[in-house]
Amino acid sequence: MTGVRVAGVGLTRFGAHDGRTGRDLFAEAALAALDDAGVDGDDVEHLNYGNFMGALAERQGHQAPVMTEAAGLRCAGTRYEEACASAGVAVREAVRAIRSGENDVMLAGGMERMTNLSTAEVTESLAVAADELFEVRAGVTFPGAYALMARAYFDEYGGGREDLAHVAVKNHANAVPNEYAQYQREISVEQALDSPEVASPLHLFDACPITDGASALVLVSEEFAAEHDLDASVAITGTGQGGDRAALQDRADMARTPAATDAAEEAYADAGVTSDDVEVAEVHDCFTIAEVMALEALGFFEPGEGIGAARRGDTTRDGDLPVNLSGGLKAKGHPVGATGGSQIAELTRLLRGDHPNSDAVADATVGLAHNAGGTVASAVVHVLEVAE
Amino acid sequence: MSESDPDVPANTGYDEWADALADDGYYVECANGHGSLPPRRVCPECGSTDLSEATLPETGTVATFSEIHVAPSGFGVEPPYVTAVVDFGPVRITGIVRDVAGDEVAIGDPMRPDVETNGATGNRLIVFRPA
Repeated sequence: MTGVRVAGVGLTRFGAHDGRTGRDLFAEAALAALDDAGVDGDDVEHLNYGNFMGALAERQGHQAPVMTEAAGLRCAGTRYEEACASAGVAVREAVRAIRSGENDVMLAGGMERMTNLSTAEVTESLAVAADELFEVRAGVTFPGAYALMARAYFDEYGGGREDLAHVAVKNHANAVPNEYAQYQREISVEQALDSPEVASPLHLFDACPITDGASALVLVSEEFAAEHDLDASVAITGTGQGGDRAALQDRADMARTPAATDAAEEAYADAGVTSDDVEVAEVHDCFTIAEVMALEALGFFEPGEGIGAARRGDTTRDGDLPVNLSGGLKAKGHPVGATGGSQIAELTRLLRGDHPNSDAVADATVGLAHNAGGTVASAVVHVLEVAE
Repeated sequence: MSESDPDVPANTGYDEWADALADDGYYVECANGHGSLPPRRVCPECGSTDLSEATLPETGTVATFSEIHVAPSGFGVEPPYVTAVVDFGPVRITGIVRDVAGDEVAIGDPMRPDVETNGATGNRLIVFRPA
């Protein structure tokens, strides 16, 4: 089995891109990734592309051939849809294709356009990721679903809104120097606490924003990297995926995300590492409570301990385990179908040393990316390591 | 759909099940005692296809809830409204809380299920009222 290297990464700035099409956004990220890799588009053998709500947002289904064309590739493509984990699973399947020997060069990533819709329309489109019969018809919105989890967490383990506010404050602080981030500005605990209530107990500053953006990665086999003398120092050494019941009501514990635990255990075993080896992580903080539950599911903290991690400073840039140095979904933005690829792009930059926050993890050699779909009914985890 | 066997829940039975909540509600029970909600052909816990209807307890208790302030467009229920997951023992059900204000709902409150029609969508709307 061959190893997989990240040869290049490309991102658009995340935010509102008025008047631009999804295909234009993805083309920008794809061309940047190819340029970063020093790989010709003609060498790409397949596009693995993540997108969630394009059929609603742009009336464009069947996006893989559209995006293959937009990126100037002359190969086939496949769209992967797993709600907010769409790009994560697209990357995972690319890793598996390269490891199998089927392909040597893959482009993987994703795109989402969201700001061209009204807030109510986005709320409706995102709700499609929940269980239609048992949740959507019962008025569960996406913030509402995470609010149900947050209240269940507080009831079971304690903690409260102020703890969550520290997660938001941390991730905003991390986003300040990141040129791709939607919000390059700090916020205070008081601002977070005083923001309008969206779905009790969650307020506006507990939620990631509505975002347009695209991500792309050039993934290659070790042999291809060596033959073409590519500067590809970061390897994807572990991949894992977990699943759970779609509806929250059907989970044994609404304050836990076992799909992420399953994905992490598979990825750790695949890479031959443990949670103790991870030195920097990008986790799926679509809501502040999501980061808390991820930290526990991934094995970084015991149940009930994750809620205080940001407040204690454990996960801040100066802490033992910096989390979401990109700004996370919370401040960097969350174009849902692009997010999983973006996390790996950011982690690659952090490990290569060319991220504005790389100095916070200057000696790090092991990183983890955690991408979740829906209320973590699906989860994809990747382990990245500095290979040379 | 198993019209030939009245003991087996119909696979298309969501509306039928929702309507039943207003009277004697039911859930689906497999041969190994696992509870789930219809429509269902297979028990998601153990894979058993030996399913039958069991009577839902008359009241459940709030397991978690949220007062929603931003609703989808055209949903038909104006925010703010309270969505709750209510625990009935073998199964939990999600619905909208009626007859009690958002700041007066608490985990553990007893609720009984009911059904309304969402005028905007024509779909059944599962609701809970204080028991």
